[in-house]
Amino acid sequence: MKKYSVFAIAREAMRGHKGWEAQWSSPEPKKEYDVIIVGAGGHGLATAYYLATVHGITNVAVLEKSWLGGGNTGRNTTIIRSNYLYDESAGIYDHALKLWDGLSQELNYNVMYSPRGVMMLAHNVHDIQVLKRHVHANRLNGIDNEWLTPEAAKEFCPPLNISRDARYPVVGAALQRRGGTARHDAVAWGYARGASARGVHIIQNCEVTGVKRAPNGAVTGVETTRGFIGAKKVGVVAAGHSSVIMNMAGVRMPLESYPLQALVSEPVKPVVPCVVMSNTVHAYISQSDKGELVIGAGTDQYVSYSQTGGLHILQHTLDAICEMFPIFTRMKMLRSWGGIVDVTPDRSPILAKTPVPGLYVNCGWGTGGFKATPGSGHVFAHTIARDDPHPINAPFTIDRFRTGRLIDEAAAAAVAH
Amino acid sequence: MLLIRCPYCEEERPELEFRNAGEAHIARSANIAGESDDDFEKFFFIRSNPKGIIYERWRHMHGCARFFNAVRDTVTDKFIMTYKAGEPKPAKLPGASK
Amino acid sequence: MIEAFRIPGAGRLKQAKTARFSFDGQAYAGVEGDTLASALLANGVHLVGRSFKYHRPRGFLSAGAEEPNALVQIERDAARKTPNVRATVQELYDGLTAQSQNRWPSLSFDVGAVNDIASPLFSAGFYYKTFMWPKSAWKNLYEPKIRAAAGLGVAPDQPDPDHYSARFAHCDVLVLGGGAAGIAAALAAAETGVRVMLADEQADFGGSLRFESGARIEGQDGFAWAQAAVAKLRAMDNVRVLSRTTAFGYYAQNFVGLVERIGDHLQKPGRDLPRERLWQVRAKRVVLATGAIERHMVFADNDRPGVMLASAARTYLNHYGVAVGKNVGVYTANDSAYAAAIDLKKAGVNVAAIVDLRDNPTGPVINEARALGMEVNFGRAVIRAGGKLRVSSMTVQPKNGGGERTIPVDAILMSAGWTPSVHLFSQSRGKVAFNDETKRFVPGTYAQDCISVGACNGTDGLMATIDEAYAAGTKAAKDVGAKAAKSTKPKIDASESWSRGMLGAAPGAGPGTTVKAFVDFQNDVTAKDIRQAVHEGMHSIEHVKRFTTNGMATDQGKTSNMHGLAIAAETLGKPIPQVGLTTFRAPYTPVTFGSIVGHARGELFDPTRKTAIQPWAEAHGAVFEDVGQWKRAWYFPKPGEDMHAAVDRECVTVRTTAGLFDASTLGKIEVVGPDAAKFMELLYTNPWEKLEPGRCRYGIMLREDGFIYDDGVVGRLAPDRFHVTTTTGGAPRVMNHMEDYFQTEFPHLNVWLTSITEQWAVIAVQGPKSREIIAPLVEGIDMSDEALPHMSVREGKICGVPTRLFRMSFTGERGFEVNVPADYGQAVWEALWAEGQKHGAGAYGTEAMHVLRAEKGYIIVGQDTDGTVTPNDAGLDWAVGKKKADFVGIRGMARPDLVAKGRKQLVGLKTKDPKVVLEEGAQIVGDPKQAIPMKMIGHVTSSYWSQNCGRSIALALVAGGRDRMGETLYVPMPDKVIEVEVTGMVFFDEKGERLNG
Repeated sequence: MKKYSVFAIAREAMRGHKGWEAQWSSPEPKKEYDVIIVGAGGHGLATAYYLATVHGITNVAVLEKSWLGGGNTGRNTTIIRSNYLYDESAGIYDHALKLWDGLSQELNYNVMYSPRGVMMLAHNVHDIQVLKRHVHANRLNGIDNEWLTPEAAKEFCPPLNISRDARYPVVGAALQRRGGTARHDAVAWGYARGASARGVHIIQNCEVTGVKRAPNGAVTGVETTRGFIGAKKVGVVAAGHSSVIMNMAGVRMPLESYPLQALVSEPVKPVVPCVVMSNTVHAYISQSDKGELVIGAGTDQYVSYSQTGGLHILQHTLDAICEMFPIFTRMKMLRSWGGIVDVTPDRSPILAKTPVPGLYVNCGWGTGGFKATPGSGHVFAHTIARDDPHPINAPFTIDRFRTGRLIDEAAAAAVAH
Repeated sequence: MLLIRCPYCEEERPELEFRNAGEAHIARSANIAGESDDDFEKFFFIRSNPKGIIYERWRHMHGCARFFNAVRDTVTDKFIMTYKAGEPKPAKLPGASK
Repeated sequence: MIEAFRIPGAGRLKQAKTARFSFDGQAYAGVEGDTLASALLANGVHLVGRSFKYHRPRGFLSAGAEEPNALVQIERDAARKTPNVRATVQELYDGLTAQSQNRWPSLSFDVGAVNDIASPLFSAGFYYKTFMWPKSAWKNLYEPKIRAAAGLGVAPDQPDPDHYSARFAHCDVLVLGGGAAGIAAALAAAETGVRVMLADEQADFGGSLRFESGARIEGQDGFAWAQAAVAKLRAMDNVRVLSRTTAFGYYAQNFVGLVERIGDHLQKPGRDLPRERLWQVRAKRVVLATGAIERHMVFADNDRPGVMLASAARTYLNHYGVAVGKNVGVYTANDSAYAAAIDLKKAGVNVAAIVDLRDNPTGPVINEARALGMEVNFGRAVIRAGGKLRVSSMTVQPKNGGGERTIPVDAILMSAGWTPSVHLFSQSRGKVAFNDETKRFVPGTYAQDCISVGACNGTDGLMATIDEAYAAGTKAAKDVGAKAAKSTKPKIDASESWSRGMLGAAPGAGPGTTVKAFVDFQNDVTAKDIRQAVHEGMHSIEHVKRFTTNGMATDQGKTSNMHGLAIAAETLGKPIPQVGLTTFRAPYTPVTFGSIVGHARGELFDPTRKTAIQPWAEAHGAVFEDVGQWKRAWYFPKPGEDMHAAVDRECVTVRTTAGLFDASTLGKIEVVGPDAAKFMELLYTNPWEKLEPGRCRYGIMLREDGFIYDDGVVGRLAPDRFHVTTTTGGAPRVMNHMEDYFQTEFPHLNVWLTSITEQWAVIAVQGPKSREIIAPLVEGIDMSDEALPHMSVREGKICGVPTRLFRMSFTGERGFEVNVPADYGQAVWEALWAEGQKHGAGAYGTEAMHVLRAEKGYIIVGQDTDGTVTPNDAGLDWAVGKKKADFVGIRGMARPDLVAKGRKQLVGLKTKDPKVVLEEGAQIVGDPKQAIPMKMIGHVTSSYWSQNCGRSIALALVAGGRDRMGETLYVPMPDKVIEVEVTGMVFFDEKGERLNG
């Protein structure tokens, strides 16, 4: 792997940028690998990268039915934060946040992690109680998250409307300064380049059509549109399609897949300096380095794999944005799109071994998986390499719904009285 | 916005009038207190989440307020049919080959 | 006054009035009917913008919605600034003020253009490869610089005074696109009598008839025919015609979103008119007649102002009467540019040369061009455009190499062919198919009830288009049940036809490495960038697009996508269909947030629910808090009181005399029927069968997973009738939850459920004097403790109106909740208030209500519980019927972790310093000296200053809390650690004697 740097760019500029090598190779699949990762999104590629770099396992294939990074990695609104309530969640998201800080240098690929601050707005007493509970829990967990008055919130994000006359006035905010955004494609590409350079095979346009198991139940490999590929360990990192792949192995999941839409505006000069989220008014916004306002909100209400959703969902989203930022009605929506998010009953991910020997699953990230990418890949690689979960992902079991040991971030945040 | 036929109102109405109520044909056991943890998990948490034909429940929230069942393709979001709550899962779908 | 480039006698704006406007502070004149683009061109202005990355000077590429370059900021006034407006679409009005964007200090001298000189460094995706050292510099140095340099216009900085409107519509046949094809389809459908809607994005219908001088229909000029035909359609009752209306999104089941622009073209739109109107249309059939968009040629410096699409130059001439230059060159790979050259030549513009990449094309337009004396060169390429702020020359070379020749020109008209506009078709989830012969993607497999006609379907020529469109309109009408009508298919007298062309880079696009042959103008993507992306492993077109940003600018690749795809395919050595096409996503052209939002702003963002008593509370100075959609009276400050003082006073008043509280927001559900008690048994944890009519019980509702979902007091009015109350926020979901079980799990039960939240106003009267206050107003109810004990309910009259009078208490005092029909709510409140005044009673708000209930340890679901709390956790085991065989949640709450030891349990907390009030949400630890991360064992759920107790009180969820009574725990705050003692949950009147006091 040739190192990227400003000097490399200057050198290439002299020769018309003809010397750049492919960022990842496009090999034909081998008959067998030590580990197969199903799904070349950010989490899958990160898993392969850390299998190679941390665990020395390089005989790895990452199988992708389409193009790498084309699922939710390339469709999300790139928000990064770790100010979750429960110790388990805080543990995994802050593990990720620590890896984000330094990821560009680790990968020698500028993923543009930008800790510009994530501000979550409170609009009523209940919001204050919930967000302060987060602030206090985060502080004792060593995670930065501070309480702001409405005035301080506006100082941090000048276009925010804090008028008392708003339908739902801003009455305070929680700010995680280390939160922010990153460049989603670069994350997938950076991990792909790093993994490929270490011998990992990234095989695109290769759809898994079956999971093969030995008579003793253990995984032996996968059937694909490019033939059978053997492996004794298979990690499923298929986001919205996790249920589909796991069903092939005979494992039914506590998951449902919903459309999640997002949109960007036309690019304008810098106006929103941070990430702003509101659960009550219900939308979130940031501004990309290119100048586009990046906006998202909730899912459609029904299970779907169509990667599209209804206009009324975007309407609710923009209603909310213009409630928080009335100056934006003259801005224009440039592009909208949909992803498929896999949601668990407690809104926390599953990152675990499965009842099938050799089969591992990393799914259920719902609407917020991007922020966890490095941490998720890091501990999932550990789980696969050691056949044993890392302490950080040990609570995120597949059977917690049976026992009731939930990590219910949704319940903690969303119950109104 | 989907257009959904309410089998009670016998009309196609916009999705805004309806609320999705999750997978259909998951019966609550008459002896739920006596179920095993596994069976309860299957009943309350495990979902088919199919890519393709789904049997699901909707409620005509801002209409007749009735719950009913629908068959929909989750890839195209096209409805194949809707039918009343309590009716059995259709053995054959309209337009499907034997 | 005639502008320098307006040709007398040309175009259709001959009689139009003058419209004055300014651009970058310079005053100009145009005419009404102009676009800003045509008016600037009439004044000889080509330089109007700067590109995104290299800040290259840019002019007009097009005359329509596909414009990537000519974006300006329009400022009506300080609050009405609109960035990124396409000058080619913005209609001129007298007084229009426009500014160029993305330049400093001026458009002609832009410091940012240094990027152009340094451009070899700024290759595709260069930013992924640098700016990584030192680590902190990305956030502090590089990113701020990049952000400041990026972006185009400037976001508005004041709230928008304009308003936006919305309509829903249904029709039988929706025709999108009002060119010849759309008009013909609409005519055919309309004549059968079905409901038709026809929409076009432009001010005038006609589409390409605006520039096709060779089209004659029904004995008249094509454009004139279009106007007459649309006038005829407008006159029909079954037809709605919408101009300036863009169909931007095609959603499931023929649901189409359109935006109609109403005010932006008017000099004084007036306050009554919305700026824009969103149409959401459900159509039985959709006819797509969205036309085609001309492509540019990809050659070196093809972005110089004055280099434009041939059809654009022709539109400016034939419609607006404007010549885009005096001495133009033409560079083409298909016939359509010849027609432009011929029209310009006939209008007196010199055509310096036509350069045709094709070897030996033949056809009538070529013959005509020659006959008019134009120089026509075959097999040659324009390899370079000269000039900087305006094109000055084109350099021509045989396409396989050879001698160069530079020809002075002041404009270049180019055409690489036409790309069918399959955007909406693709949004409808239809699959496009590549036609290798004509090098274009056309509609292949349909997913919805729609049909494409004309140029967007790859149909060439007016004759074939009208045939196809008319037939499609007829069929669409027939499909929705119309009877055949007499055909009035328009007769074509003369038409133009062309097809083919080329995709990808022309010879002038390299392989030289310093060449800038633009594919995507706005984002500065060159042919070289796309080749580089492929070399770097970007083999999917989606990767190429994302790596280079090709097609991701405000024009969304309308002119660039196909070229980019072809160059990638060529570099990969693969056929185009194998490389694929990027997905078309809504919107077709950018849509304002305002039009999507419509009326849902401010007050109308979300409905505000108000109780019958709210006007009284407003009149008495209440401060309100938002609770769900309700505004609830929070406290009633007297002059000089702050919140703290007001709440203290209200709390004391209730416990010394009495207080009135508006509890109308509580959810109320009536459960009626022979099986009502059985139903209640299943939905609540408590036993209900034996509850006597006239008595009440505190009920707990669980979800199936065993966690507390809601609570409330339930009164049994009769053996078959329960009056159920729910939490304020929980009312709708509790009703839904009940209906769900009733309709689908327990349909055998004979029960009716009715939401009665809005029907009954509820006035809580609480305190030692409560009975004295109520009694004088009540008829037919014995108010004695014996007849109406705590937790009972009676029906009777108060102030002459019906009441359901509950004896119950959420304060621990003797208390009543007076339910009256909502219409009488305020009158009864006022009567009670008047009685109360005799006893020194006061009104209290939600904050005092919270304090009073906390003093008694009564929980609030959603505050003291959070969806992870079981009845046992909340200390409410007593409310779970132990003998019951079934209720919702019975199995869920028996799961291993829900019955495990050490769960968090609700307890009381007293701070060691009684004056310190804990913060709600604060975390509790056993050992305050431990290092971070600390082991947290619980959190404060409720915390208040209690004037009645003379100290602070708090409720908390604490691990194993009930076994920790008397234990000292710690609440670490940022500045101090607060010591607390674990106590029971009741802080006031522990024995509960005041309920009858």
